Amino acid sequence: MSATLTPGQVGAAAPTTSTRPVESRWERIAPYGYVAPFYLLFAVFGLMPLLFTFYVSLFDWNPIGAHTFVGLDNFRKLADDPRFWNAFRNTFSIWLMSTVPQLLLALVLAQVLNSARLRFANLFRMSMLLPYITSVAATTIVFAQLFDRDYGLLNWFIGLLGFQHIDFMSTALSSHVLISVMVIWRWFGYNTLLYLASLQAVPRDLYEAAAVDGAGPVKQFRHITLPALRPVIVFTVITSTIGGLQIFTEPLLLSGGLLTCGSARQCQTLSLFLFEQGFGSFKFGYGSAIGVALFVIIVVIAFVNYLLSSRLGNREGKAVR
Amino acid sequence: MSQTESPRTAPTVTRRPSSKVARARQVQRVRPVTYVVLGLATLACVFPIYWMFVVSSVGSQAASQMPPRVIPGGNFLNLLKLVFDTIPFLRSLANSLVVAACIGVGQAFLCSLAGFAFAKLTFKGRDVLFLLLVLTMTVPAQLGVIPQYLIISKLGWVDTLQALIVPGLVSAFGIFWMRQHISATINDELLQAARMDGCNSWQIFTRIAFPVVRPAAAVLGLLGFVNSWNDFLWPFIVLKSPEHYTAQIAIKALQSNMSIDLGLAMAGSFLVTVPLLVLFAFFGKQMVSGIMDGAFKG
Repeated sequence: MSATLTPGQVGAAAPTTSTRPVESRWERIAPYGYVAPFYLLFAVFGLMPLLFTFYVSLFDWNPIGAHTFVGLDNFRKLADDPRFWNAFRNTFSIWLMSTVPQLLLALVLAQVLNSARLRFANLFRMSMLLPYITSVAATTIVFAQLFDRDYGLLNWFIGLLGFQHIDFMSTALSSHVLISVMVIWRWFGYNTLLYLASLQAVPRDLYEAAAVDGAGPVKQFRHITLPALRPVIVFTVITSTIGGLQIFTEPLLLSGGLLTCGSARQCQTLSLFLFEQGFGSFKFGYGSAIGVALFVIIVVIAFVNYLLSSRLGNREGKAVR
Repeated sequence: MSQTESPRTAPTVTRRPSSKVARARQVQRVRPVTYVVLGLATLACVFPIYWMFVVSSVGSQAASQMPPRVIPGGNFLNLLKLVFDTIPFLRSLANSLVVAACIGVGQAFLCSLAGFAFAKLTFKGRDVLFLLLVLTMTVPAQLGVIPQYLIISKLGWVDTLQALIVPGLVSAFGIFWMRQHISATINDELLQAARMDGCNSWQIFTRIAFPVVRPAAAVLGLLGFVNSWNDFLWPFIVLKSPEHYTAQIAIKALQSNMSIDLGLAMAGSFLVTVPLLVLFAFFGKQMVSGIMDGAFKG
């Protein structure tokens, strides 16, 4: 940020620029042109839809029929709708079950991968990125088979151990476990790499000094690793909150394309509910109200998470720097 | 923001053992349990993809066979043929390729250009604009799917590929990331010299800055390619007719025949994954280091 290039500065050093006034005017406008595509596209496909969601949520909006202004009616209906609260519980439960183990696992694996003398380090890193490049749609088909009640590999194994087969999609809890396993599988390697990158920026001498002072692995983790990882932990917690609360494809495909995700809506998430109301029943107004509610929920949870995770090892963090 | 700019030089220092104690610890061998843990994690990552191949090379009976078979069979080509006979899959793969390639190239170029402007050019309101850009990363934009759909239909883009391509051409994360790379790798004296020689900012970008950061831009493009290749929700909403389906939507159509033949669905899924596996075989290392470069090194 310190030394930047301005046409003005150069002009002072090289007076010849004054003979090209047209070009220098272009030069002043050009940077705006370079950054414009993003702001244009974001305005049209990001910001405007978001604001428009708030607007549409105040209407009884049928895509081919009438748009009647109904004020906050949609939100009142939503608060009284047991389907909404069911979807809310499901979303929250899946998010919790997938995020917490995933980030803990990533933390442990990053620590392991960071050891200096590890062989095949690159191989391990690459294989952990494999799930990330595999599509959700393809993954779901495999996991549906692996967790199948009658022919699934997992249930075969459970049967070998002498237990009853589990019908994973039949109850809320087990279907949430299945969806969470998929989410964890897809993202833990990616998060491991993010943590590993941060760990490698920590001077190794710090650990050596701590070891000399008699700090064991647990103490080293608490006082060196955790504070050093704080920014990236905050980042991953926020991104997995934003992503996890919007989960859509996994439950949809695991239930064979059912927007209700099971006869008792046992794994219908808020995104699926939004989609069911909006594109299934063509209630765009009600669907948008769900969108607004989900937006508020995400912002609140992300903010709480930010406060919690930024306190991680806070005191020690200052001591290290 | 300053946190993320500075530590580029740090890792080179860390490897050097600074004392006898350090050297002693470095020579210490990695415990076997470490390899067991990593081996299990690797197996968990690889197995589902391998299993996808096993089932698609044998057919449904591989899935229902107890004990399960773990060795691929010779039925893969027959099942592939069946996939192509059941749905216009080649068309879907071509659609996916067009969309993902446009987005990959678009992101690599447009994000580099904007990143260059933010890193090396001064203009009024730059810092405010950049702050805005960073803020947009925290907005869960997907929630506006209903209005997004309304806008797309106003533009007359429903059931077209540009509905998928245009919104993804440039990303806030990409710009942020390229800005970091450009401010870290390109020194100002070089650019000032080019400016003295009469280059304008466009020429400086295309002749000096972009060639230098091309590897980073390529990784960004690859990640854009992978993400858009794998995207499901948005194509699912926008695309209506089977000849415009992307490959991900097409395998959903195969999956609804799953009761008929699981092998078919698996073969389709595997085929959708193969192009990415090939890309990964060539550029996996760069993608790993790219993701690690993009991380916050606090």
